[in-house]
Amino acid sequence: MAESTTFETAGQRIFSLFQKNSALLNEGAPDFLRNDRELAMSHFQRMGIPDRQVENYKYTDLTRLFAQENFNRSFRPASFDFDMQEVFTCDVPEFDTHLLFHVNGWYFEQNKTDQFPAGTIIKSMKRALKEDTALVEKYYGQIADASMDPMVALNSAFAQDGIFICIPDHAVIDKPIQIINLLHSEEDLYVTQRNMVVVGKNAHVKLMFCDHTLAVHSFIANYLTEVILQEDSIADIYGIQNQHNGTAYLNGLFVRQERNSQLITNTITLHGGITRNHLHVDLHGEHANASLYGLSLTDKDQHSDIFTSVIHAQPSCHSNQIFKNILDDSSTGSFTGRIHVMPGAKKTGAYQRNNSVLMTKAAKMNTKPQLVIDNDDVKCSHGATIGQVNEEALFYLQTRGINENEARLMLMFAFAHEVLTNIRVEQLRHSIDRLVNKRLRGEISRCHDCILECIR
Amino acid sequence: MLIIKDLHARVEGKEILRGINLTINAGEVHAIMGPNGSGKSTLANVLAGNTNFEVTRGEVSFNGKDLLAMTADVRAKEGLFLSFQYPVEIPGVSMINFLKTAVNESRKYHHLKELSAGDFLKVMREKKEMVQIDSQLTNRSVNEGFSGGEKKKNEIFQMAMLEPKLAILDETDSGLDIDALRIVANGVNLLKRAENATIVVTHYQRLLDYIVPDFVHVLYKGQIVKSAGKELVFELEEKGYDWIKKELGE
Repeated sequence: MAESTTFETAGQRIFSLFQKNSALLNEGAPDFLRNDRELAMSHFQRMGIPDRQVENYKYTDLTRLFAQENFNRSFRPASFDFDMQEVFTCDVPEFDTHLLFHVNGWYFEQNKTDQFPAGTIIKSMKRALKEDTALVEKYYGQIADASMDPMVALNSAFAQDGIFICIPDHAVIDKPIQIINLLHSEEDLYVTQRNMVVVGKNAHVKLMFCDHTLAVHSFIANYLTEVILQEDSIADIYGIQNQHNGTAYLNGLFVRQERNSQLITNTITLHGGITRNHLHVDLHGEHANASLYGLSLTDKDQHSDIFTSVIHAQPSCHSNQIFKNILDDSSTGSFTGRIHVMPGAKKTGAYQRNNSVLMTKAAKMNTKPQLVIDNDDVKCSHGATIGQVNEEALFYLQTRGINENEARLMLMFAFAHEVLTNIRVEQLRHSIDRLVNKRLRGEISRCHDCILECIR
Repeated sequence: MLIIKDLHARVEGKEILRGINLTINAGEVHAIMGPNGSGKSTLANVLAGNTNFEVTRGEVSFNGKDLLAMTADVRAKEGLFLSFQYPVEIPGVSMINFLKTAVNESRKYHHLKELSAGDFLKVMREKKEMVQIDSQLTNRSVNEGFSGGEKKKNEIFQMAMLEPKLAILDETDSGLDIDALRIVANGVNLLKRAENATIVVTHYQRLLDYIVPDFVHVLYKGQIVKSAGKELVFELEEKGYDWIKKELGE
């Protein structure tokens, strides 16, 4: 006889959380968002937490993570009256940026935004939803399609805050905008953050997203950023993750590029428990150009998953992807790179490469290029290598008096360097160089900069 | 300085060196010649500490120390230098960082103070001039995109920076045009000291027109089958390696 049980699945638990808190979730939100939220939840219920049977999540099993999880969720911003400069100092010395903070997915209201050109909007997503409803609604959920991906759906169902940035046409923001996402809690916490960046015609902007943990507790961070690059605009988007091993970081960056716009992204995973970066670029206008770079350094039992999808929807667009992994101990990594050249997208150039170095026998890397080409007159290439350090180069360095350990480090660093040279903010490039060097030397044994000397 | 006794070595189970005996004193230049496949490069690599080659018998003493017991980097710090036949391209490792590390690792080993950035650059400038290497090359990654001649010049430049006691030049002339050859040879000659020694490994005599050896050895099937003065170079040039084979009764 079957025992009666009150066992509920992660999906059911999440749905009941959604229902119980719907009043809080929708507090002050415009109508479109309520509808969007409901729809997203129905998509999530259909898809559920993805297991390894789901092709796009083949290498990152989220069912285990969500089965264990019964984390607190904050549906209201806690008040943070501490001095950010005291709690957190950026490791990039004398780095001149527009500094903006989030704590647990909530926009930090003391952020200063008075130094931007006229017409620039930088504010919390929550406020933007109220004050700039039409603008937000125009793009919200249009680039990241909740019907296609369970984590996008989950983010859309629970999203309340994040940052909203709108750069007016022809504006050039010289100083990088640095967005520091802090996780800080007295208990295990599940965080949702939703960002939107609209870059106007012929506008230039550089964005850095820095992700950190400031507490020993476990976190699940489900972040999603939608970016719209209007005609002739240029955006650099850098992501630097430095979180402790108890963090699951599920990040999505979804970009739509209009005619002749240029995008550079660089996704740098220095430290984190379970990391999944989902990068989606829709080349939506002719002559748009996207360069996606990434470097992932993992050790112990860390896991880093890069999932890219570049859609060549229009002719004469160019995309280039270079992702590198260095895996130590029993860490695991994966790269799935999808390029889809749509019918009619003539004169496409689409390139992709993933190179990985395994430092131990226990480390594991999966790499999977996927090219779908529905058109002629296209140049596409993809390549993947998984290997150890080049032994010839190692010997060469040793014959010059450099010991094996140091020589190995030099080669690792050189391997990583190709990705880092594409960072177009000099101070940041030097600083990341330095951090990577430290990381490879094992001098960052916990996530860097942490004032708590926790063991995670 | 270097005493090789009955050295045997193999790679992938195949014996390449079959009992090498050779003594090199300070101030001497030795040429090791021989047909392709005779074991010249293997000897150079074994001496430099390439672990792809397995030493099965014999001993090598370098300034009284057991060379074979040292790792490749220690051999270098002890003053042994190998100029590669095919210098390796190492993208991402800058020449400056590479050389600075190499020079300072060696200084640390000898309990000398590490060179400051300024002093290092000064030394580098001097040596660059000495070996006539293009200034731009040192701003690039190690050997990356260098032409064949530039790579060989870079080997001699590194030699100048590291000031070895014993330099082994493995087929340094291969792939060099006559001008590059002259520059490379000139560099080697400028670096020659009474307390240093050089081993020139080569297939052809051409390089030996510029770097004049005191002794010439012919390596054949993993053994030194003939040793003489520099006159042997001309004899080999005239009669070819078949002459040696005939002498050996083959």
